[in-house]
Amino acid sequence: MSEVLVLVDHVDGAVRKPTYELLAIAKRIGSPSAVFIGGADKAAAAADAVKAYGADKVYVVDDAEIKGYLVAPKAEVLQQLAEKASPAAILIPASAEGKEIAGRLAIKLSSGLITDAVDVQVDGGEIVTTQSVFAGNFTVDAKVVKGTPIIAVKPNAAAPEEGAGAGAVEQFAAAISDGAKTAQIVAAQPRQATGRPELTEAAIVVSGGRGTGGDFTAVEGLADALGAAVGASRAAVDSGWKPHTFQVGQTGKVVSPQLYVANGISGAIQHRAGMQTSKTIVAVNKDEEAPIFELVDFGVVGDLHSVLPAVTAEIEKRKG
Amino acid sequence: MTLSNIVVLVKYVPDATGDRKFEADNTVDRVGVDGLLSELDEYAVEQALQIKEKRADEEITVTALTVGPAEAEAAVRKALQMGADKAVHVQDDAIAGSDAVATSLVLAKAIEKIGVPELIVGGLASTDGGMSVVPAMLAERLGLPQVTLAAVVETQGDQVRIKRDGDTATEVVGGTLPLVLSVTDQSGEARYPSFKGIMAAKKKPLETLALADIGVDASEVGLDAAWTKVDATTARPPRTAGEIVKDEDGSGATALVDFLASKKFI
Repeated sequence: MSEVLVLVDHVDGAVRKPTYELLAIAKRIGSPSAVFIGGADKAAAAADAVKAYGADKVYVVDDAEIKGYLVAPKAEVLQQLAEKASPAAILIPASAEGKEIAGRLAIKLSSGLITDAVDVQVDGGEIVTTQSVFAGNFTVDAKVVKGTPIIAVKPNAAAPEEGAGAGAVEQFAAAISDGAKTAQIVAAQPRQATGRPELTEAAIVVSGGRGTGGDFTAVEGLADALGAAVGASRAAVDSGWKPHTFQVGQTGKVVSPQLYVANGISGAIQHRAGMQTSKTIVAVNKDEEAPIFELVDFGVVGDLHSVLPAVTAEIEKRKG
Repeated sequence: MTLSNIVVLVKYVPDATGDRKFEADNTVDRVGVDGLLSELDEYAVEQALQIKEKRADEEITVTALTVGPAEAEAAVRKALQMGADKAVHVQDDAIAGSDAVATSLVLAKAIEKIGVPELIVGGLASTDGGMSVVPAMLAERLGLPQVTLAAVVETQGDQVRIKRDGDTATEVVGGTLPLVLSVTDQSGEARYPSFKGIMAAKKKPLETLALADIGVDASEVGLDAAWTKVDATTARPPRTAGEIVKDEDGSGATALVDFLASKKFI
């Protein structure tokens, strides 16, 4: 069975959830080979983690020489691995960095690239992807017709599947060109841990907009009762109530959770582009004419400052 | 290194507030709909102009570059009205239906034709295709580094420093010219063309190039040359109308919790 390369998304060795989703997709296509580019001392733990989710092989690339350099060295690593392993496909998380790696890799390998896939299936031996475009108003089925399919996959495109793979670890020494070691991260301020799930990965997202008036207490209370991530509309971010990293929308994060709860958000096209593909949508808004109500499975016309605390209290009560 | 040339990549896209759709061959309908300069590219034009203004002692030429059908001239016109010095429009019937790979090829060849500048600036994504990969592909083709998704841009001499919101951290990224830069909508409000700017734009040079002018063979671009193929495009079915209740004395909260419980979210 052909190998399928999966670029491991991790923070300092801690493997992130989208990696497991990619491994589940890789199993549909062939034999998953995880590619870990990171610190040599973190490799063993990361290899164990991806093995538990089905990696048959783990390529370990020590990043001592390339740490901090942007995307170009990682694209060279994947190019060299692809030339060695002739994989059936290369799967990369559709993060900002992942897409740039994928873009460079596509040119290097003269291979077609599909970004932001929300589903990947094998149909009659062909790899078929699904994308959501035009603010979620259309879905597009596409496939790669040249070279090795390179697919950047969005979070939540598949459910992680536990089940150990062979997990054979192989050290891979990539030859990185000097030209790839140019643009560099000179300082990084890790985001303060909120104790909540990451916005793009969360199964439930609770967002607040202009209607909060800048007070997110009720929104955050409900988010914590549901174990959800907190998001914000552009209006709330532009007002300075939440940093841009919270923004859901075309120019912020595009999320596709199981449940999206929009509070005090009117539902402008900008925002809809970021959440319209959520499985279940709920809204609370004072204005019954708000366009967000056109999207919802369930809506409450009311003041979020009184409705949300009551909802939170009721949830806590039922949870016992 | 002094900075003498900046090329800004701009795209003509269907108006996102209008009714966007696909043609029978599954390419984006770019003719039968109202189009305009992609809003996200306005921020790229703005940053290029700001860099030029901050480095007033250097003779910097800002060139807006677009690839697209005849209508796409509107995109570079807008850039000229905002303050770009000149414009280049690559237009060729063979380009229609090109994917990002082919688009990056056309851009790379056009840039080589007009002269590789010290700085190439693009937006965060187009508002139609929205792949956000063209700057990376272009950088790869030109053998340049890329610093992308900048919320804050500073340049000094040949050094570029940007600040951006990474996936897990706020990062400061540094690079040395020449390079490819992309900027987000956080980088600063884009200026409106002034009346003076609109009048001046009419006299600014706008060069139209065909594929033959930049040494690209028609067989390398267009729908048939694409490395990916779209099998189907499907309009999302309208969401079936949900249940909407009016909150009266807490009734809304109870109803909402009942709904969430019925869907097993609690």
